[in-house]
Amino acid sequence: MKGTSGTTSGTSGMRALPVGDDALLVELPSGEQAQALHAELLRRRAEGTLAVREIVPAARTVLLDGLADPVRLASELTASDMPPALPETQEIIELRVRYDGPDLADVAALWGMSEQEVARIHADTEFRVAFCGFAPGFGYLTGLPERYHVPRRATPRTSVPAGAVGLAGPYTGVYPRSSPGGWQLIGTTDAVLWDHARVPAALLAPGTRVRFVPVGRR
Amino acid sequence: MTDRALLVVRAGALTTVQDLGRPGYAHLGVPLSGALDAPTAALVNRLVGNPAKAAVLETTLDGCTLRPRCAVAVAVGGAPCPVTVDGRPVAWGAAVRVPAGALLDIGTAVSGVRGYVAVSGGVAVEPVLGSRSTDLLSGLGPPPLADGAVLPLGNVIGGHARVDVVPQPAPPAELVLRVTMGPRDDWFTPAALRAFTTSTYRVSSASNRIGLRTEGPSLERAFSGELPSEGMVLGAVQVPPDGRPVVFLADHPTTGGYPVIAVVRTPDLRAAAQATPGTPVRFVSVRRR
Repeated sequence: MKGTSGTTSGTSGMRALPVGDDALLVELPSGEQAQALHAELLRRRAEGTLAVREIVPAARTVLLDGLADPVRLASELTASDMPPALPETQEIIELRVRYDGPDLADVAALWGMSEQEVARIHADTEFRVAFCGFAPGFGYLTGLPERYHVPRRATPRTSVPAGAVGLAGPYTGVYPRSSPGGWQLIGTTDAVLWDHARVPAALLAPGTRVRFVPVGRR
Repeated sequence: MTDRALLVVRAGALTTVQDLGRPGYAHLGVPLSGALDAPTAALVNRLVGNPAKAAVLETTLDGCTLRPRCAVAVAVGGAPCPVTVDGRPVAWGAAVRVPAGALLDIGTAVSGVRGYVAVSGGVAVEPVLGSRSTDLLSGLGPPPLADGAVLPLGNVIGGHARVDVVPQPAPPAELVLRVTMGPRDDWFTPAALRAFTTSTYRVSSASNRIGLRTEGPSLERAFSGELPSEGMVLGAVQVPPDGRPVVFLADHPTTGGYPVIAVVRTPDLRAAAQATPGTPVRFVSVRRR
């Protein structure tokens, strides 16, 4: 693909695409690199060397919105080395879960194993919030190896209850509130993912490490 | 009848509380929200002596009817409409004194879509994440107004407006939106890129605070395949599978998986907020600043 609108490319496979007049979409070869860049940009903002209104990580990109000079930042980022993956210093958030979702049998069939084994593998995985979206407090959690990626349901449900734990593509997610949804539901948690009266409102933010702990196991 | 509050007598088709929105939370999936025609919201606040961050009411097409429980200054702007106090016509686009207990009616828009009603002291519902805005995508902030609701008002600070009457742009007969191309213009065929900037689209009746939807030529992608979800900005022109461009407005989702062909310049979005269904829309490509 050839960039047509002022794209700046770096040697590390990083591309910086201008978005409107004051935003920049930085695209990386992998989700892990996007997470590393996100952490690096948060560090720069915290130390006061990056002035930006929003830093929005996603699957393979980081969007920077509200920049004074996106073009200069584009050349600066693409000229620099890819930041190293960060050491895992953040605490792990544990979500108590019951593996009782209505799609657990379908997921077990896709994975070629029993429902108990699906629960064991899922609970033994350390997840990381790659990004948030869809609804306030909805995190896209990565960590499952590629062989366990599953498609969305052919027909989305018109209503998924709050606390439902689902799988879609490479992601695990927990519905913060009742909403329509197409993810394969494998379990339920009582954790409150979003409470705007709480500080912080979101239990899961990009970069947070997460483990699912089956109820009755500790 | 001395408390600082407004009684909602007639809520209208869709009236919401709006201020400057919730910047800084997009990474948690929280939309920006805020008044769609932000310059007009700022203007009516100025007319009644409110700070720019005070919350106003945003009406949709048919206005609303209010009964303040205390004497207030009110200014109505945006979509031009008749305004009455106890049945007597009063000025639109200027500060008006409304006595305690009087009936303030903001009528149906003569043109345009969204009216803005500033009340001295500002609408003082409980803020959520630093903003009083109703966010129709994620449900944050107060619900849309309902008949019989009571809205608290803030205390008047400063008190005197620095302006009396100011010109406001007329709602657009034709919506011309300046765009900078990209970031995903390379997902479209050369013919689609030409069609995007040379065709006349029309504002779809399915438009709302989330997006201005359009009807017109379908824009063909250069290749199939899925775009992994990525961050979205205000004014992004997203092209869903039906090929009709959607301009993202204040309540837009923070991430999305359809390619963004171009981004509308922020100063042009206020006109998008006032364009009625059927209004012709043209996208004009401009160079990045």
